[in-house]
Amino acid sequence: MSTETAAATAKKESLFSKQNKKLLTDPLDDSNPITVQVLGICSALAITVQLQQAVIMSLSVLFVMIGGNVIVSLLRNMIPDRIRIIVQLVVVASLVIIVDQVLKAFQPEISEKLSVFVGLIITNCIIMGRLEAFALGNKPGPSFLDAIGNAMGYAWILLVVSIVREVFGSGAISLPGMGQVKFLPTSWFMSEGGFYENNNLMILPPMALITVGIIIWIQRSRNQALIEEN
Amino acid sequence: MSASARSVLWRLKVQLHNPITMAIDKNSTSYTFGFSIAMVVVVGAALAFTALSLKDRQDANAADKKMMDILGAIGVKANRTNANTLFADYVIERVAIDMDGRQVSATSEAVNPKDKADPFSIDVKKDYRASIKSAVKAADGDEEVLAAALADKDLQFPLFRCVTDAGDNVYVIPVVGSGLWGPIWGYVALEDDMTTIFGANFDHKTETPGLGAEIKESFFTEKFKGKKLNTEGAALFSVLKGGAPTDESSVDGITGGTITSKGVDEMINRTLKVYLRYFETQTRAQR
Repeated sequence: MSTETAAATAKKESLFSKQNKKLLTDPLDDSNPITVQVLGICSALAITVQLQQAVIMSLSVLFVMIGGNVIVSLLRNMIPDRIRIIVQLVVVASLVIIVDQVLKAFQPEISEKLSVFVGLIITNCIIMGRLEAFALGNKPGPSFLDAIGNAMGYAWILLVVSIVREVFGSGAISLPGMGQVKFLPTSWFMSEGGFYENNNLMILPPMALITVGIIIWIQRSRNQALIEEN
Repeated sequence: MSASARSVLWRLKVQLHNPITMAIDKNSTSYTFGFSIAMVVVVGAALAFTALSLKDRQDANAADKKMMDILGAIGVKANRTNANTLFADYVIERVAIDMDGRQVSATSEAVNPKDKADPFSIDVKKDYRASIKSAVKAADGDEEVLAAALADKDLQFPLFRCVTDAGDNVYVIPVVGSGLWGPIWGYVALEDDMTTIFGANFDHKTETPGLGAEIKESFFTEKFKGKKLNTEGAALFSVLKGGAPTDESSVDGITGGTITSKGVDEMINRTLKVYLRYFETQTRAQR
């Protein structure tokens, strides 16, 4: 009996062991949910017109992901196998509803702009993917780190794409809490009677796909291991 | 501590650690049912609590948004911080009228979104969803059938009398209808002659981006400015299929958004008819 306890304590590794650190850093690059696994593309296209929306979306996904991963991981020994997907769905859906309600109460403007995409976090494949692939088989600690890692991997792509699109599309950058900061004098913009017209190619969704494509290109030329063999 | 005591403690620890897997088969049907029921109860309670505790704030936000939209129809740009003050400045009277155009109530006092009797609180979207929508569909363009179906519904319609910067009276009328995928709504502002459109704005829930969703863009709403209602003809106002020539009481619809454009046409005609009855009684009373 006593040897068993000793073995149990020896197996218990620190939360920030080398292996656990990989959970945080891998999704940023080698197994990035957007550029490598190509998940969650739909929202990445839709809400990257402005930096501010991307920030709020990233925070919402971070919250849902951490909550979902930790809750499912805590319940992993209790969830009946046959209904595990539905249980995951219920957990994610209720977290998303909470996010939606909080945004409606405290950030109504952004809630209107994100409109259906907050609700669609439920169907974001990254979240269900992590619940099924990781949280169901791991303890809450590592699941928590895995959630942060993957949400950050999602977030940095969103932020980069939205900065590119907003700067080159609208000639401005919207910082949370500061509103939209314009790079050119306001009177130059066509909406104010000036000559500068917003670049619609950047503002419309296709450019998000092209920007993500360019990020994938850069990433793979830097990290050859990611290139699939035909 | 004796060896036997330690062993008892250890067993207890194991059981505490794994209370369910030890005792119950978690793949049995009864456990699955029990788990689902417990989950639904917990989740339901959590969501109900969130919704209730945030409701006041959300309602206040919705009221601000409504004020911004009404001000938008008379060309006043408001944001959430100044919506209340600007609304009090520009909107001098709020009137509720019934189906036949009779005035039910009127007030000029400060808006209280919680007061159900305030014309500001009339939820036109809810009325549309609950009774008007199905009646419009059943009537299929026949006005008498529609009027008969709505006669006993006890509907009320809000009207906002505003004064512009130039000092003119403008009447803002909320309109609600159906687009292709879901509800569309907006506000139409009429000038003092009750026939000239001063301004309009529209919004939608789920119309197709780039097609029907364009009704909320300024290029579309700008077209309504200065148009006149045709009180003599069959339709007060028409939103025509894209590209058709327009006259002074019609605008060009959205190409590729025909059904949404038709929805705009339908909601304007249906709603304004009610208000015109009210305006008629008002002008008659003045004479």
